[in-house]
Amino acid sequence: MTTTTTTPSRWERLRDSYVWYSFKRDRTAQLCLAIFLCLVVAAFASPLIAPTDPYDLRQIDILDSELPPFWIDGADDRYALGTDAQGRDLWSIILYGTRVSLLIGFGAVLLQALIGVTFGLMAGYLGGRVDAILMRLADIQLSFSTLMVAIVVGAVVKATMGSAFYSQYAVIMLILIIGLAEWPQYARTVRASVLAEKGKEYVDAARVMGLRSRRIMFRHVLPNTLSPIFVISTVQIANAIISEAALSFLGLGMPETHPSLGSLIKAGFDYIQSGSWWITLIPGAVLVVLVLSINLLGDWLRDVMNPRLYKG
Amino acid sequence: MALLEVSQLDVRFALRQGEVRALRDVSFTLDRGERLGIVGESGAGKSVAAFSLLNLISRPGFIAGGRIVFDGQTLNTLSERKLRKVRGNRISMIFQDPMMTLNPVLSIGEQMVECLKAHRRISSKAARAIALDKLRQVQIPSPEKRLDQYPHELSGGMRQRIIIAIALLLDPDIIIADEPTTALDVTIQAEIMALLLDLCEQHNVGLILITHDLGVVSQVTQRMLVMYAGRVIEQGPTREIINDPQHPYTQGLLNALPQMATPGEKLNQIRGSMPSLAKLPSGCAFHPRCDFMIRPSGEPRTACTEQVPGFVGTGNCRVACHMVAEMLEDRRLKEETP
Amino acid sequence: MSAQADNRIPVRDADGAEPLLQIRGLKKRFSLSGDFLDQLRFKKGRLVRHQEHVHAINGVNLDIARGEALCVVGESGCGKSTVARTVMGLLSPSEGEIHYDGARIDHLSSRKLLPYRKRMQMIFQNPYASLNPRMTIQQTLEEPLRLHHPEWSRAQVTDKVTTVMQSVGIDPDWGKRFGHEFSGGQRQRIAIARALAVDPEFIVADEPISALDVSIQAQVLNLLMDAQRERHLTYLFITHDLAVVEHFGTRVAVMYLGTVCEVATTATLFDKPRHPYTQALLSAIPRLKDDRPQHIRLSGEVPTPVNLPSGCVFHGRCPHANARCKQEIPALVTQTDGTRVACHGVEEGRL
Repeated sequence: MTTTTTTPSRWERLRDSYVWYSFKRDRTAQLCLAIFLCLVVAAFASPLIAPTDPYDLRQIDILDSELPPFWIDGADDRYALGTDAQGRDLWSIILYGTRVSLLIGFGAVLLQALIGVTFGLMAGYLGGRVDAILMRLADIQLSFSTLMVAIVVGAVVKATMGSAFYSQYAVIMLILIIGLAEWPQYARTVRASVLAEKGKEYVDAARVMGLRSRRIMFRHVLPNTLSPIFVISTVQIANAIISEAALSFLGLGMPETHPSLGSLIKAGFDYIQSGSWWITLIPGAVLVVLVLSINLLGDWLRDVMNPRLYKG
Repeated sequence: MALLEVSQLDVRFALRQGEVRALRDVSFTLDRGERLGIVGESGAGKSVAAFSLLNLISRPGFIAGGRIVFDGQTLNTLSERKLRKVRGNRISMIFQDPMMTLNPVLSIGEQMVECLKAHRRISSKAARAIALDKLRQVQIPSPEKRLDQYPHELSGGMRQRIIIAIALLLDPDIIIADEPTTALDVTIQAEIMALLLDLCEQHNVGLILITHDLGVVSQVTQRMLVMYAGRVIEQGPTREIINDPQHPYTQGLLNALPQMATPGEKLNQIRGSMPSLAKLPSGCAFHPRCDFMIRPSGEPRTACTEQVPGFVGTGNCRVACHMVAEMLEDRRLKEETP
Repeated sequence: MSAQADNRIPVRDADGAEPLLQIRGLKKRFSLSGDFLDQLRFKKGRLVRHQEHVHAINGVNLDIARGEALCVVGESGCGKSTVARTVMGLLSPSEGEIHYDGARIDHLSSRKLLPYRKRMQMIFQNPYASLNPRMTIQQTLEEPLRLHHPEWSRAQVTDKVTTVMQSVGIDPDWGKRFGHEFSGGQRQRIAIARALAVDPEFIVADEPISALDVSIQAQVLNLLMDAQRERHLTYLFITHDLAVVEHFGTRVAVMYLGTVCEVATTATLFDKPRHPYTQALLSAIPRLKDDRPQHIRLSGEVPTPVNLPSGCVFHGRCPHANARCKQEIPALVTQTDGTRVACHGVEEGRL
């Protein structure tokens, strides 16, 4: 009983943890994280990195439109990846577009998580009628596809408030639509792990102590359901980015003046027949790389955090 | 020659913290029809010992050294195909959780017939007859009905009886039972243990009983091994060890039982807890918890912290303890100089 | 220890002192049939509501006197843990009453129960599950103190945590670490410290040593006995291990299939068990000293508590059962020496 052991710091804990151990040995995870971080940093630092400001109409010359990227004859030195149909620098507009896509992706997932985790926690912990009502609500929500909800909401807002209003608040609208459409994913995952945690004795111990339900839910149960929340978040971010791209591609997303990756692909799609394939394929490739790296990271995280595979 | 001879068995687990030695220098023998108990607390390595006998240790564990000789065959170097002929057939296992052995989607009869046909060339009808006979031997009520039932339809005690029937199916020479009654209630536990004992005696089957329950070991086995931190620290006839344990750990373990103390008085506890195999103390692994590290004269016994104790014999028992070795040496010197 | 406790606290029967805890006619049923929609069935063309219940406890009466350790023993499924959880308010009883120190507590709201939470605490079976894996030891131990003593200063709370950690034999420096860094025995010590932190007078211990190794069991049992002596605690101790009961308990209640079949002082019960089930249970303890024990063999196994047997719940396995046992439920009858037994055979004098 008299063994003197030093308390490891947070950093030492991470260094000794299974997550770090597995990360060190997994080349795919390392590569994906590197790519993902590069994209995020580049996107959010786009005003610093990008050679031109694509939102600034004064910097755009329509005469420069549809210039090819540098490895093709006829390229312009000023535009490494060429220009789009409006003469905007493709490299700059992709950086800005990735920022918009990521912003919507993260925002929507934050909203999903907020609603989903709260509902899931309440449904799982309180049970009974609360559980029945919330979960039926989730079932109903799930029976509409995200796109359908988005199309209906988008159409209604455009019709009532006008498309200028919609374009102005497009980012917030998309976050709201995608966030509201996908919260049941979180609610279900959280509810399932809350049910598992609720049966454990530490929850009984907290009840015996006399703690209120709300404190038990958020202080005791929630921290122990974080692993599945992390895992599902990666998948959901990728999903949200794709949903946004799909909506934008259908013309219900970001306007072309403030394009996301999806609206860039859509805008370029019309020129693919006329030989200017880069306008659509380069943003497309960026989208694929972004989503793929997030999904592969999610796969790795799921393997690491799966308690059945994890044997310390 | 003994039926089963284990010598210098060394089992390791390659973990990310490095290699952990789960078993070191484990040696014992088992004669035909003999019942041997392996006793220890969790982490002592008793289950690893049982699993390694049939080479059932799976990654990241491996047998790093030693020999397991069964009836002239060295099991740890045998090919997987030849090993399968021994496993279940000549040496069978009973686990703590019956559902580890029973397949939930097959009926009891199907599982028993399948097992018989895997090892013998017999018709399904003949196999069913043998299965029925074994179920009768384990005294299951209405055995005909049980053959067509599924594991989940049976109670815990009944399942453990089925497991014993399956273990006996191919008339093995040895049964290895890993905590066979730990999950059961006291009254059922007593019945199952009595049944296992009767059957082993009737059919002259050897039994290796792995348990933490000293009461069970004392009632069922003839010889026992006490394990601590991956090593055998005391072995010999069960009665002698229970009545007069030599190793301080065995003494502590027995004295800690509530039935050894006066009701209401303090129990004789061993301080501290079993060390992790990854961070074993130097010398004798038990020394941080041992009360006999200091000689009666007051000077500390340095060997305990520096040197792993070897086995010394006291009568029929063998003990790995510096204190006992010193006592024996003193006694021998006294006898030599009258 | 028990002798000391008896001197200090008058035995209830002798001078009529009120018991600390009274359980009266306690019943607990669990529904097996799911929610309302799942219960609807079609029978002969009519929609009927069909419900099935597990009868975990069926009319339990128990008194616990101040300063004693009442052990409840029985095999799995006998309802002993349900009794413990109902007493602690983790489950609400289907029928019956629980009185603590003279006041009825089984129907109180969680807010009104709060003062009692400070006086009664619980220790759980599995030390690997009873500590929140995301909280440090310090946080775990501070939480009940902050809740029940909101007026305390930070220093007072930390002081108290240090004291209580020392009293259960754990190093106060371990506070910054998490539960999973400790062994089972150390975790159980931490769980005991959490229960003792608010200075309770009554502790419900649900199989507190079953998950531990033999040498650690002795340590924890000693710790519980020390705590009882130093703090004048009253225990409701749930266990399946009769050897522990013999050592630890002041009185014993034996349960079978949701009913109490015998209540006696520990010495009397081990000396002269009356109920046939108690006799079988005692004979089944693996003893070190005897070579080939002659234990009483019971036929069959414990029936499921879904469809309870008629009459005495034990009659199906009892070697002495007769026609009356199959029809009439035996009541707990007090014997001359104060033992209470629920058995027709004992009552009629044929056992």
